[in-house]
Amino acid sequence: MSIKTVENIKTKSSSTKNLENLLTSEFERSKSFLFGNTQLREQAMDSFFRQGIPSRKNEEYKYINIDSLLKDEFVLNVNKTITREQIESLTFLKNVITIVIENGIFSGELLSLNSLPKGLTICSITEASKKHTETFEKYYSKSFDINTDAFSALNTAMAKDGAFIHIEKNEIIETPIHIIHISTTNSPAITHPRNLIIVEECAQVKIIESYSTIDSGAKTFNNALTELVVNANAVVDHYETEDENNWGYLINSTQVVQKQNSIFYTHTFTLSGSLVRNNLNIVLDAENIETHLNGLYLTKGNQVVDNHTLVDHRKPNCNSNELYKGIVDERSSATFNGKIFVRKDAQKTNAFQSNKNILLSDDGTINTKPQLEIYADDVKCSHGTSTGKLDEEKVFYLRARGLSETSAKKLLMHAFASEVTNTVKIDDLKKYIEAKISERFE
Amino acid sequence: MLSIKNLHASTGGKEILKGINLEVKAGEIHAIMGPNGSGKSTLSAVLAGREDYEVTEGEVLFNGKNLLELSPEDRAREGIFLAFQYPVEIPGVSNINFLKTALNEIRAYKGIEPIDAKDFLAMVKEKQKLVELDIKLANRSVNEGFSGGEKKRNEIFQMAMLEPKLAILDETDSGLDIDALRIVANGVNKLKSKDNATIVITHYQRLLDYIIPDVVHILYNGKIVKSGPKELAIELEEKGYDFIKSGVNI
Repeated sequence: MSIKTVENIKTKSSSTKNLENLLTSEFERSKSFLFGNTQLREQAMDSFFRQGIPSRKNEEYKYINIDSLLKDEFVLNVNKTITREQIESLTFLKNVITIVIENGIFSGELLSLNSLPKGLTICSITEASKKHTETFEKYYSKSFDINTDAFSALNTAMAKDGAFIHIEKNEIIETPIHIIHISTTNSPAITHPRNLIIVEECAQVKIIESYSTIDSGAKTFNNALTELVVNANAVVDHYETEDENNWGYLINSTQVVQKQNSIFYTHTFTLSGSLVRNNLNIVLDAENIETHLNGLYLTKGNQVVDNHTLVDHRKPNCNSNELYKGIVDERSSATFNGKIFVRKDAQKTNAFQSNKNILLSDDGTINTKPQLEIYADDVKCSHGTSTGKLDEEKVFYLRARGLSETSAKKLLMHAFASEVTNTVKIDDLKKYIEAKISERFE
Repeated sequence: MLSIKNLHASTGGKEILKGINLEVKAGEIHAIMGPNGSGKSTLSAVLAGREDYEVTEGEVLFNGKNLLELSPEDRAREGIFLAFQYPVEIPGVSNINFLKTALNEIRAYKGIEPIDAKDFLAMVKEKQKLVELDIKLANRSVNEGFSGGEKKRNEIFQMAMLEPKLAILDETDSGLDIDALRIVANGVNKLKSKDNATIVITHYQRLLDYIIPDVVHILYNGKIVKSGPKELAIELEEKGYDFIKSGVNI
């Protein structure tokens, strides 16, 4: 351990050191007045420095080059605010409850708190730590171990704000909740939004988290973390759409804990962004749980998209089903690393995983790594992965019927993606994603 | 309508077509018969514009236009339809949506407005009856999970929808039982008019009991070695291809 740390220091670039100095001074300045427990923040900061900013030598981050994106001089305090019109341009969904997280800070601008459905509480996480202390303390930072990922530790140390959403027992919230994460900075900035979503027993909710940037040419490094607790018999339908610009760098961690008889659907759509790293960790912490993970990533240019998922089967009689699909073009690179743990106690587990890719160019890269660790002996688990080119025979068939090469390819892309897009249960959202796919292949 | 002159084509450096001459006029049905490896499928592939084949000599005129210069989609838009020997399954692409896209792209090429949704549905209903294609199949993904017969019927359904000037049926009878064969042939006959033409490519005479050709051509070793009236097909069936082979050798 100590030897490794020494090596780490030796190989640290000066940009990394600058960044660490910046983080340290901001941490010391702000830790006492930020929400939550200062002691937890200190532990998290220690953990972050012990782990260090992941380099390519770190197995979990070997396909993304964090170093290169840290060359700029960053700021940690962003004040620029967007106009209401700009926010409204980002609300691509109708009939939703909209929350805006601007540069990591909760904004109630589009939210009419008086008209929220019964049983639903929405406020900033800072407010929740004071007003809903009991719930906050019961759940905050309990869904994961800060020592397993440097960025999650960093978020826990540095987070300034974010959204708190609570759904009371037995309440079914029909209107989807849309959390818009937006970066609006003019200078290169690092933000650490932190969300806490608690769905109590027998409650149901649909949540969309979207990530976008206002085009200003400044690099944004968004290290977001959402904790989501799905209590017994609850049903949660969760979506992420990631559509940042070419200066957007996103580390998006989602830490989910599920209790007995709960059902959780999650869908991750990565549509653009310079670098996107998704850490989706789901703990199945009781019996009879159902989990569905769907993902779709479209990459081009020099984009790097890295999906790391972990489904942790801890108890018997649970089912998980995972499908990730990707279309990789030009010089872009996509990684899928799907871990499934089946612990010793988790007998009668059914766990399935599939990752399928289409590579459209000669210069694109696809890394796919299924990782199943099974310690129980009475389980059904399978995984499969495939990577191929677009089927020329299908293209010819469509062209022979009068479709142009472009429309033939577009149709086939939609068809490939449809296995994932068809799982979207919110019509507006499905249309939005399908339009994004069309746009990509114009 | 179609005029093929001294057509030579090769694939992978091997010459398959060695000088084909063929004239097809509007209102005619031509049958091209030949043993395996004679070049039947290569001829249909070259006419449809498959890129795996290289035309080394000769010309193909379609209604006066140089067909070989056109992309596969422009050939389709000019009115050529190839019914595939092995129709491709395309999961996730709905048969109906795909046909609507195809139809509208063909119309756009001709400078016609996109088809009205109501008219399109009426057309689907009418044409689907013609080939006795279950409406459920028409609405499913293109050929996904279709039986061999259903795939071939779907080809004829597409042909009915796109109303080509020249249809090329490539071994449409292969893998069909007698009922499916009758349905497919019926569809083709009903679509026949004085303005369109059909080329039926087949190994066996069987299909020609149902689709009566005006002319039968025998393709052997990359050339049309004999042409004649429909009786030629029957003669061929009785005597077998050896009779042609020995005839050619003389």
